[in-house]
Amino acid sequence: MSLLEYGYAVWAPLVWILALVVVGVIVLILRNRGRKSYKKGTAQGDIFLSGIAVPAEEQRHVKAANIYWGFFEALKGFYKGMMRPHTGIVNDYILWFVAVLTVTVLILLLTS
Amino acid sequence: MDFLTTHAPALIVALPLLAAFAIPLVSRAGHSARSIFSLAVLGATASLVAILAVDVYSTGIRVYTFGATLPEMALPAGYTVPVRIMFQVDGMSMFMGIVITTVALAAMLYSLQFLKGQSGQPRFYSLMMLLYVGMMGLAFTGDMFNMFVFLELASIAGTGLAAYRTGMADAVEGGFKYIVISAVSALMVLFAIGLLYSQYNVLSIAALAHYMEYSMLDMMALGLLAGAFVMKLAGVPLHMWAPDTYTVAPAGTTPMILAASYTSMYALYRVTFTLYGGHIDTAAIGWIVIIVGVLSMFIGVMMAVHQTDIKRMMAYHAISQGGYMLLGVGVGLAVLADPVALASYGRDAINGGVFHIINHVFYKALLFMTAEAIFFRIGTRDTNKMGGLARNMKWTTLFYGIGALAISGIPPFNGFASKLLIYQTVLNFSPVLSAIAMFVSLVTLASFAKVFYAAFTGPEMPAYREVREVPRSMLIGMGILAACVVFFGLFPGLIVDTIVAPATEALINQTGYIDAVMGAVP
Amino acid sequence: MEQVLLNFPFVAAVLLMGIALYIIVFKRNLIKLVMGVAILSSAINLFLVSLGYRVGGVAPIYTDVPEGPMVLPVPQALTLTNIVIGVAVLALMLTLVVHIYRHTGDIDAEKSRILKG
Repeated sequence: MSLLEYGYAVWAPLVWILALVVVGVIVLILRNRGRKSYKKGTAQGDIFLSGIAVPAEEQRHVKAANIYWGFFEALKGFYKGMMRPHTGIVNDYILWFVAVLTVTVLILLLTS
Repeated sequence: MDFLTTHAPALIVALPLLAAFAIPLVSRAGHSARSIFSLAVLGATASLVAILAVDVYSTGIRVYTFGATLPEMALPAGYTVPVRIMFQVDGMSMFMGIVITTVALAAMLYSLQFLKGQSGQPRFYSLMMLLYVGMMGLAFTGDMFNMFVFLELASIAGTGLAAYRTGMADAVEGGFKYIVISAVSALMVLFAIGLLYSQYNVLSIAALAHYMEYSMLDMMALGLLAGAFVMKLAGVPLHMWAPDTYTVAPAGTTPMILAASYTSMYALYRVTFTLYGGHIDTAAIGWIVIIVGVLSMFIGVMMAVHQTDIKRMMAYHAISQGGYMLLGVGVGLAVLADPVALASYGRDAINGGVFHIINHVFYKALLFMTAEAIFFRIGTRDTNKMGGLARNMKWTTLFYGIGALAISGIPPFNGFASKLLIYQTVLNFSPVLSAIAMFVSLVTLASFAKVFYAAFTGPEMPAYREVREVPRSMLIGMGILAACVVFFGLFPGLIVDTIVAPATEALINQTGYIDAVMGAVP
Repeated sequence: MEQVLLNFPFVAAVLLMGIALYIIVFKRNLIKLVMGVAILSSAINLFLVSLGYRVGGVAPIYTDVPEGPMVLPVPQALTLTNIVIGVAVLALMLTLVVHIYRHTGDIDAEKSRILKG
């Protein structure tokens, strides 16, 4: 019931869950061997930046537009080319529609 | 009970239609009367869908003729062609019916709380019922012109729902774009139907498939139908309306408009597999579907990772996941003429593509609901302004996490089961496509991790210190969807054997569809 | 000559479709775009009605059909349905254009857009 068979192979989610449970148990055992001198809520949990003042929350948190900076910087040309068709003008949507219709009819005519 | 089973296809469409026009009347009695009435009608329709599903999966294709002495009589006495309008429910139609009904129930439950205090609520529930009727009619119909009428009904109701919040400027713009592209696509569909009718003088899909000779006009009609349905299902390069419309629709209705797009995908499959199935070289149209699928996957996800508006990102992901479905079924369509390939991986490819529809609808509805839950509490959709919401909105964070892992195809959730089918079968067809599919999954996970970091983790923002969790009925709606996501992930074999395999069988078996109507006519 | 005259409605319908698609693609004023959709709808209606015509046929309103051919009634039913659907779609589009004007003060498709990218 919980086996997905395709061709020659089988995917069994319950075996995966069992494996995850085993790994989770190992993780818990390793975690419990850690130092027990940590007290929650004291100064042990505060942010430490080598003594300089910790900035306010809005400045500490990386904004969503800045998170994958390297990825977007490397693909700047690709995104410039991608943003050009995505204008938001409804007439362009129908222009693409007419273009795709003609290309589809031509392909079907040429391959029949 | 017999009466219900016999007349279920008609009742499923008639009951919500009557309710849609009765809801403004019932609303005079108060808000709770209207809520109870709409839930009761949807519940009754859902039980009718269940009865019909049991019947169709046990006995085969069900034909329901309107206006005949007995509903099973497809051909009137003394005729050799079907002249009456009929509903023809096979495995694929029933699958879409189940998907649409589940989405409608979840959307209705979520909207009951979400719309508290908004004006014009009777019209909202009427429009939701009309959209439901339009989608179910499109899924069940066996007649081409009836398909056009229900397509237009679903488009008009969908526009009304998308532009519901007329006080917001972007909502009316999204609704306007949706109705313009829907009107143009539907008129092209009508043009194609006119071309087909002028040659064969019948409108029933089974009869057209029986009499089809693939002439030049039929080729043009296929091109027009395929192009129009690809536009309605938001496949690249005709996808640009979708982020605008999915972003501005209110919370419960975005999954319904998504389901309308996937019903157009079903109509595309009905046209290519059943109407033109035996006569065209399916490799050409199969490759067109594959190319549209691959482009949708890639461009959808690359645009999605760039967005800062959370719902617009999820809308681009909807386009990208639609590409997965097209890829799976396109591979099956391309090898339809080759029995060896069809048996070894073609059938499983179509299984993967069709299974992905129901998986996607579940986790995408869950994700849209979490996005609107955030909007409900903090009033903005811009991820640049969010932060640290996990402290106060624990359940929303959990549901977002489940949805994000499911959409990226992480085991053991349901996304992994259908994506695994697609990867393995497309690998046999062409390894490059499978590699692109895996890369797209990777970037999907990256974009959801980005929003999880930006919105949920991080320090507690002083502006959001007072934010509380969303009301309980919204959490219940999200919880039901999350439970379905986990259940479908743990028991994929059950779902594939019960619902998906009959749908694939119905798509591949064109002669069965024709014989159900034409009988023994030579 | 008769063949050209008989096929003329189809040529006119396709010409109207071409004009309508030109308007929808190239005219930025939203009211003109709605008019383009209306012309497209009329072109399809013309196409549907003219494909039912039979030369020398009588109107399809008889129960006891007189001798000779009869014009096909089914495309006329399709056309009536499409006219009604067209009315609903046009009314909805014009309402949304009025709302867009109230919000942004402009009915140019390029200047009144907010959602892009």
